[in-house]
Amino acid sequence: MARHTLSILVQDQPGVLARISALFSRRGYNIESLAVGTTETEGVSRMTVVVNVDQHALEQVTKQLNKLINVLKIVELDDSTAIARELMLIKVKADDHSRTKVLELVELFRAKVVDVSGDAVTIEATGSIDKLEAFLNVLAPHGIKEIVQSGVVALARGGRSIADRSNKNSERSI
Amino acid sequence: MSQHITGAESLVKSLEHADVEVVFGIPGGAILPVYDPLMDSPSVRHILVRHEQGAGHAAEGYAAASNRVGVCMATSGPGATNLVTPIADAHMDSVPMVAITGQVPSAFIGSDAFQEADIRGITMPITKHNYLVTRAEDIPRAIKEAFHLASTGRPGPVLVDITKDALQASAEFVWPSHIDLPGYKPTTKPHGRQIKEAARMIVDAHRPVFYVGGGVIRSQAHKELRQLAELTGIPVVTTLMARGAFPDSHPQHMGMPGMHGTVGAVGALQKADLLIVLGARFDDRVTGKLESFSPKSKVIHIDIDPAEIGKNRYADIPIVSDVREAIAQLVPAVTAEFDAGNRADLTAWWITLNHWRETYPLGYDQPQDGTLSPQYVIERLGKIAGPEAIYAAGVGQHQMWAAQFIGYENPNTWLNSGGLGTMGYSIPAAMGAKVGAPDKTVWAIDGDGCFQMTNQELATCTINDIPIKVALINNASLGMVRQWQNLFYNERYSNTDLHSHSVPDFVKLADAYGCHGIRVSTAEEVDKAIERSMEINDAPVVIDFQVHRDAMVWPMVAAGTGNDEIQFARDLAPQWERGDD
Repeated sequence: MARHTLSILVQDQPGVLARISALFSRRGYNIESLAVGTTETEGVSRMTVVVNVDQHALEQVTKQLNKLINVLKIVELDDSTAIARELMLIKVKADDHSRTKVLELVELFRAKVVDVSGDAVTIEATGSIDKLEAFLNVLAPHGIKEIVQSGVVALARGGRSIADRSNKNSERSI
Repeated sequence: MSQHITGAESLVKSLEHADVEVVFGIPGGAILPVYDPLMDSPSVRHILVRHEQGAGHAAEGYAAASNRVGVCMATSGPGATNLVTPIADAHMDSVPMVAITGQVPSAFIGSDAFQEADIRGITMPITKHNYLVTRAEDIPRAIKEAFHLASTGRPGPVLVDITKDALQASAEFVWPSHIDLPGYKPTTKPHGRQIKEAARMIVDAHRPVFYVGGGVIRSQAHKELRQLAELTGIPVVTTLMARGAFPDSHPQHMGMPGMHGTVGAVGALQKADLLIVLGARFDDRVTGKLESFSPKSKVIHIDIDPAEIGKNRYADIPIVSDVREAIAQLVPAVTAEFDAGNRADLTAWWITLNHWRETYPLGYDQPQDGTLSPQYVIERLGKIAGPEAIYAAGVGQHQMWAAQFIGYENPNTWLNSGGLGTMGYSIPAAMGAKVGAPDKTVWAIDGDGCFQMTNQELATCTINDIPIKVALINNASLGMVRQWQNLFYNERYSNTDLHSHSVPDFVKLADAYGCHGIRVSTAEEVDKAIERSMEINDAPVVIDFQVHRDAMVWPMVAAGTGNDEIQFARDLAPQWERGDD
């Protein structure tokens, strides 16, 4: 099992998110993270899905996704050639006694404080999954009250866009 | 000139443009606007069924017999949910079908309105694609796309759900000139290099087998298959979905593989060194325990659906293509190899295959108590009605015996629910088949359990002059379940006795439906009853064959075991060793 990031271009139509997420669940694959948004092209949305599956399951889920009529293209983005980022908002306990230490950690991880109250601060952090995990680990001793995260979004490095990359049909002739 | 018509009129016009000749359905509140202009359509015939499930299976039977798209129609809510079983059935067996449902007005969607059900959401996992249409102007495009999707690539069911306000609103009717589906581009032509490699592998193999699936029937590749088979001399097995794709009488035909396949067909797959898989999907009923399925073979897998390739079994040579196109290209490629002198000797393979075939033929024992043998009935039916007739089975023992003992020579003559295993398929499917192929004799081979799920469509048949014939294999039991209880549950027959030798009286039931009813309980009466039925063409016929209930389907690969453990009769396993390496 390994973590895979799939970038999926879909027609922006009602029900398309349900079609994709339901396909994962009915074929028995868990989605670790899912993010949806519009793209530079009108009528086309982009989903970034992170799944933890072996290679055979990845191939099968990709092929099944390709069969959905509203799916235009699927590209797997691997860690070495893509940039993957997640946004996280973290509410950490911080009183007069501990606030300075929390702020030091915020500084260290190049995060940002977006709200302060008497007993807590709310931090905005972006980064890779690994970086955010590390950040949470160091914040944990101070007491994390609440977390919300965006799901991973990812883009391939270099000048080419997903539209230039291999079409969903090319893998059909294997 | 722009022409403004209602959405309902536009739907009927769209069906006419899509060359629909028949729709099976039932009206109701949300779909009601459609039924008014439908009454005036010069080309679309509507057949009023008695249950929406019947409409769905009738559309399937129509499609399977005629290779056209079957169409069914229902209202919102319960009308639509009653279509769910046949839609799932069509999805599993790749049947081209368009289901049209009415939906509550768009302003009511999500409010738990009367007869509201999210049928688009419900059918998402069991359709090739589906639509919710809320505007009159979107109807023609949705219908055009639905028929295109249903009938091309890997065929399947498409559902179009249309809100009542869309049916009542008016819009300009424009039949789209082209189809714009950027996410749908099925690969129908094989890769040339893969064909060459496949040809090389085929001529090199010493124990090759053509493993033929339902895709060969859907793509109408039977002629090409026969050509390739005869060119190569390679044995052929046809799965439950492919019966009729290759003549049963052909000397190269080893029969049906799988859980109730012949020893010869199962053995051929198990001992092969090459499987040439044509429009099949390594279903668990064919492979048995996957880990021990055909352990020594390489695989050439040809299928139009790339997701089937490598799903259950690794393919050494994957070929995504329409199977007819691929076979057609294999013929010259293999010929070229033969011309170059490359041809493995299959003599030893055929000695082994013929040994299995002669030692373990399909057969059955006559019941000791003088009661009627179900296999005998089906065998006689095949002989008398012949290979030109169409046979539609239900699900269970009678289905397996019908697959084994009828004798199929032509494609589209064997209709059944293979993937989903839907009891109740037979009667409405036979009805649809008779509508799709009116000149053919259509036999429903049904069990007494199945028959009691959908026999209300006999009323539809009688009233609409659809004279199907029903061979009811009545063992007064849920026979296949009973067989498993006999084999695996210490003969404890929990809830499988249907008492249908007495209740209901099927002859009276047939009579009540305006059908001819005949009861047969001895072997002597069988031929006469079938022959008499063949002469009746003014009404449906139901023959209540009251058969022995302890008959079992053999051979059998018990669920969860490997194909090598096949038994051709209780506790009797074939000897494989001879000719095996």
